[in-house]
Amino acid sequence: MATAEAAHHDEHHGHPTGILRWITTTNHKDIGTLYLCFSLTMFMVGGLMALVIRAELFQPGLQIVDPHFFNQMTTMHALAMIFGAVMPGFVGFANWMIPMMIGAPDMALPRLNNWSFWILPFAFTMLLASLFTVGGGPAAGWTLYAPLSIQGGMSVDMTIFAVHMMGVSSILGAINVIVTIFNMRAPGMTLLKMPLFVWTWLITAFLLIAVMPVLAGVVTMLLTDRHFGTAFFNPAGGGDPVMFQHIFWFFGHPEVYILILPAFGIISEIIPTFSRKPLFGYTAMVLATAGIAFLSFIVWAHHMFTVGMPLAGELFFMYSTMLIAVPTGVKVFNWVSTMWRGSLTFETPMLFAIAVVFLFTIGGFSGLMLAITPADFQYHDTYFVVAHFHYVLFSGSVMAMMGGAYYWLPKWTGHMYDEKLGKAHFWLNTIFFNITFFPQHFLGLAGMPRRIPDYALQFTEFNVISSIGALGLGLSQLLFVYVVFKCVQGGKKASSEVWEQPLGLEWTVPSPAPYHTFETPPRIS
Amino acid sequence: MTPAGQQPAANRRLILRLVMLVFAMFGFGFALVPLYDVFCDITGLNGKTGVTDSRTVEGTPIDNERRITVEFTGNAANGLPWEFRPTVAKMEVRPGALARTTYIARNISNQTVVGRAIPSVTPGEAAAHFKKTECFCFTEQYLDAGETKEMTVQFVVEPDIPRGVNTITLSYAFFNAEKYVERQTVKMKHQDTKFEKTHADKKSQHRG
Repeated sequence: MATAEAAHHDEHHGHPTGILRWITTTNHKDIGTLYLCFSLTMFMVGGLMALVIRAELFQPGLQIVDPHFFNQMTTMHALAMIFGAVMPGFVGFANWMIPMMIGAPDMALPRLNNWSFWILPFAFTMLLASLFTVGGGPAAGWTLYAPLSIQGGMSVDMTIFAVHMMGVSSILGAINVIVTIFNMRAPGMTLLKMPLFVWTWLITAFLLIAVMPVLAGVVTMLLTDRHFGTAFFNPAGGGDPVMFQHIFWFFGHPEVYILILPAFGIISEIIPTFSRKPLFGYTAMVLATAGIAFLSFIVWAHHMFTVGMPLAGELFFMYSTMLIAVPTGVKVFNWVSTMWRGSLTFETPMLFAIAVVFLFTIGGFSGLMLAITPADFQYHDTYFVVAHFHYVLFSGSVMAMMGGAYYWLPKWTGHMYDEKLGKAHFWLNTIFFNITFFPQHFLGLAGMPRRIPDYALQFTEFNVISSIGALGLGLSQLLFVYVVFKCVQGGKKASSEVWEQPLGLEWTVPSPAPYHTFETPPRIS
Repeated sequence: MTPAGQQPAANRRLILRLVMLVFAMFGFGFALVPLYDVFCDITGLNGKTGVTDSRTVEGTPIDNERRITVEFTGNAANGLPWEFRPTVAKMEVRPGALARTTYIARNISNQTVVGRAIPSVTPGEAAAHFKKTECFCFTEQYLDAGETKEMTVQFVVEPDIPRGVNTITLSYAFFNAEKYVERQTVKMKHQDTKFEKTHADKKSQHRG
């Protein structure tokens, strides 16, 4: 409270303006905006890299880039999207919305909040700069598997340090979220009255704290293996390369839920509003989220079925993975039940939310197929896996964020976005997304390997379709940027409620949300 | 929900706990390395085979009814300029009986090279029952320029090996261990194996 008052104090006596306002800000709304802008920028950068990949795969043979650069693009595309676009994007939403949703004046640790954002641009400058070093950027895939990553040039070291910095940023952000939620809720806001977005973020923050240090540890081992004579992953010194995969995926699987749980939270806010019904099965949703988070710690080896595990291991990881379908199914069921007999309207956020429920479920099903060990031996490292994780990551996480952006933009800017253009963006985005990624299922089932710049002739048609889709998908995001920009500039004035009787404290403050909200905590009955 | 006056203290307590959790998880990441090793040793996963003192296997009853085929294979990894192969491709052993075979390595480079062999046994369920009492993989191996060396493996297949296992494959991958051998050890080995002084000099120049 003291810090919040201090920030408030600053505001009245010469708050810096211009660029310094953004560098020195401790306001959760400013920092949320910074995170969201950063996320959008990295989304565009990562998208350009994806277009390089798709351009090369437009035709069989090598046309545009050499294979080494192609590998750098697949690696960097993933790193930029996961650590640059999706994770900071959700932290942006958390910063903007969590204090407003729980009736707090700001995040609990505002200075730390500023710090955790401003680490990121430096981390990504270093990561992207590695593309220009001798030997090019990291090319061992975002998973940085040893022993390949032990052999890379200095770009691997830069990537390792960048990962360290992103890790520090995420951990600080997560600590902030947990402390805010535990200590700053308005009187009467019990844990089981919190909006689901807050719940999903609370659980995500615990996942971050549990696994980001493990990632930091494993890349540190990589670093000492490369330069300081240790042999964690080098058999010549008594190490084991498969060990890298085990430790990496101990981080990696909870990480994929870090990337999706806040998206579930956003969807769970949007669907009730446009169904004009409260969320169906709130407690079940909370428990399902916690269940998914717990299971995420015991399924990691399903990423490595083909390393030669014994049968008992394969079976354990197969069944535990399939078990995740149960809480996830509960969620999908509850979203659909929320819509059941609701007075539905289909504004842009709702279109995105429904598309996420539908398309994420497709991704969930292909995940279930991948979980079947004997089948996975065929699917492993093919385009089927690429199709699968884009259905959960793009049409899950990214489209949920887009929906969330449309949903809360009027609250953030005070203006309604252009509904017609928003809908146009939705349809272009969703159609082109499916044109891009649906054919990749067929490519993978037919055996096209991922991360390879060339392919056999029989894969040509589907690759052509996929590349055309990718170009359209990329271009349609320019429309998104335009809609957001236009909404920030002006438009129809938004009311406090924005939508028709939405639930949640954020709709009780004026639009745009004032710089300081809930300085006197609201009473929740 | 924390009353306003107590908030800073409550924040500090919670932050402290969370930071401790962060460090604990960082440590846990490193602890996974020995944990996986222990896990593999106990279960024989990953083809890890035990080291056994020859005295402990002396009293092992010999099962005259079963014959287990043991196949041998080996390869020198990239970066190790050696030829490396088993002298026999396979042999039949009775469970419980001590068996012995050799591998041959030849250094085809013009300098002394240190190698380390990593054994692996398949199928994994046999690994825990495959005991080596003597093996060139227990220590680093030094080969002079052009030197050929015959190296011994002595092993016992335990009689309680599962019924279904009739063939076991013992495989070695030989790696260049130059990077991982301490200068001190190089000197000691030098005395042990009576290498020419010039080699040690060459090595120290190379390393320096």
